[in-house]
Amino acid sequence: MKFQDLLRFSLKTLTSHPARSFLIVLAMALGVAAVIMLTALGDGARRYVVNEFSSIGTNLVIVMPGRAETAGSFPGAVMGQTPRDLTLDDAHWVGRLPQVSRYAPLNVGVAELSAAGKLREVTLMGTTADIFPIRHMKLALGKFLSSSSESSAQIVLGAKIAQEFFPDGNALGQRVRLSDRRFLVTGVMAVQGESMGYNSDELVIIPIQHAQTLLNTTSLFRLLVEIRYHDEIDSAREAIRQTLIQRHDGEDDVTVIAHDAVLATFERILRALTLGVAGIAIISLAVAGILVMNVMLVSVSQRTAEIGLLKAIGAPAAIIRYIFLAEAIWLSLAGALGGFILGQAGSWALRLAYPQLPAWPPLWANFAGIAVALLAGILAGLLPAVRAAKLDPVNALGKR
Amino acid sequence: MIQLSGITRIFHMGDQAIHALDHIDLTIDSGEYISIMGPSGSGKSTLLNVIGLLDRPDSGHYLLDDKDVTALSETEQAQVRREKIGFVFQSFHLIPRLTAAENIEVPLILTGMSPAERKARIAETLQAFNLSDRAHHRPAELSGGQRQRVAIARATILHPTALLADEPTGNLDHRIGSEVMVLLEALNQAGTTLIVVTHDRELGLRARRRIAMRDGRIETDER
Repeated sequence: MKFQDLLRFSLKTLTSHPARSFLIVLAMALGVAAVIMLTALGDGARRYVVNEFSSIGTNLVIVMPGRAETAGSFPGAVMGQTPRDLTLDDAHWVGRLPQVSRYAPLNVGVAELSAAGKLREVTLMGTTADIFPIRHMKLALGKFLSSSSESSAQIVLGAKIAQEFFPDGNALGQRVRLSDRRFLVTGVMAVQGESMGYNSDELVIIPIQHAQTLLNTTSLFRLLVEIRYHDEIDSAREAIRQTLIQRHDGEDDVTVIAHDAVLATFERILRALTLGVAGIAIISLAVAGILVMNVMLVSVSQRTAEIGLLKAIGAPAAIIRYIFLAEAIWLSLAGALGGFILGQAGSWALRLAYPQLPAWPPLWANFAGIAVALLAGILAGLLPAVRAAKLDPVNALGKR
Repeated sequence: MIQLSGITRIFHMGDQAIHALDHIDLTIDSGEYISIMGPSGSGKSTLLNVIGLLDRPDSGHYLLDDKDVTALSETEQAQVRREKIGFVFQSFHLIPRLTAAENIEVPLILTGMSPAERKARIAETLQAFNLSDRAHHRPAELSGGQRQRVAIARATILHPTALLADEPTGNLDHRIGSEVMVLLEALNQAGTTLIVVTHDRELGLRARRRIAMRDGRIETDER
């Protein structure tokens, strides 16, 4: 029997039972589509997180006052109080390290902003001009802290705040009052929306010295440090830690996190999650495979007479086996293909419904879905095929 | 052409052994027309199945064209069936989802014949069996006589040396049945060995050689 005849013959059997074939193909297709869509969802979530993190720079090291580990030794660490402050001077020393390209000290607080007869509470951020390149933030208008005016009382308004206070768009050069101090608006931020929990559109930025006076603190909230080269991150972390230990009389009381490491952890978690979901989906494919086996077994017993006849007119057992196996392969092939299309369409619908989620199925998931479907189909076809080939022709023809 | 010696076939029913065939010796020459008659359970169908290589004897030797076919493997036996033997069954055994032409095509597909050659052979055979206008009908749309004609066309399309018919008219009325017999006898006249199993005396008497069986043995063998 020729190969193409085998394919044609088995295909004809399937098309002559359209409802039955359609249901098996559907079960198979849903399994494959589940694999593709669920991994698309998982991988989309991973990419979303990675994008969020990259928006604040990947060569970033964050210094926090206090030890994050062994909090028991100073209970104050939990409350944000630490034995020694992380000061602006500390920041300058860190800034002198050779691995560091830029750094931005950070103080964050809440204050009342009033201008043009309006009043609202805003989140204020005290920092230096380097925060803009480090966190990839952009100014729409004006500038912030040119080097000649390091400590002047200037303020940059978030896009939404500027819009609220100065709807005419003439914010630049206006005087505003933050708490009980007066600031000159020198810049307006570009619209950026939310990033890592901050909505920079509703933020105001002032020079760090002013923020510390206003918030009445000498301790930094965070120190963001950008490292020159990616592979220097570990040595830079250690150098920063050593510098600060020295300055803090030998006490190791700061936490230095590589932003990259946080990202890597997130990525690992989300990857594991994606694999887990894919695993669940693959189980549904195995179920579809068992369904194929079930239907094929029923088909073998329904077609006993036909198998007997084929043997009587000279089909060897091997050919009978191939015929049934070919049917299973057709079914799983159609299921895999249908599922692939369904999965792609589903992922597209997901992206349409949640534009911020890049729900593209990873390449491996496409292949895995199709491969598992084919494998399940072929394995499921084996047992019925062998059973059909083993039928005794005399019994199969229904007489003795 | 067919030489059976000491063929025995035993079926086990519970702890009872039934000798469906009990040391059968039989020689059939090429081109013979034989009827095998006997009551049900006499072993006539089993004999036909052994001759058609559908059933293996428990002991004895079967020479087909001077070749011992009892020793062949399953695959080799399938090939012998394909090339030398045609079966015609009481219940036709057509594949319901295939049209008349496609049913006739199945043996050709099994031999691996090219589609063009198959097409020519089928057209020729449909013509010979007066089935041309029924070529694209499924078995369910054919009359009993037409179905048996399709089955006979399928059995003979590869020009077997022996045509084995098991109650070929059993599901047909008298008139259609004799038409089918005339067709089979015409094939025999053209040189094909014809062996017909039947319990219908009238039908059996048409054969030139008549074998009567009882309890797994050949009772009479008249020429």
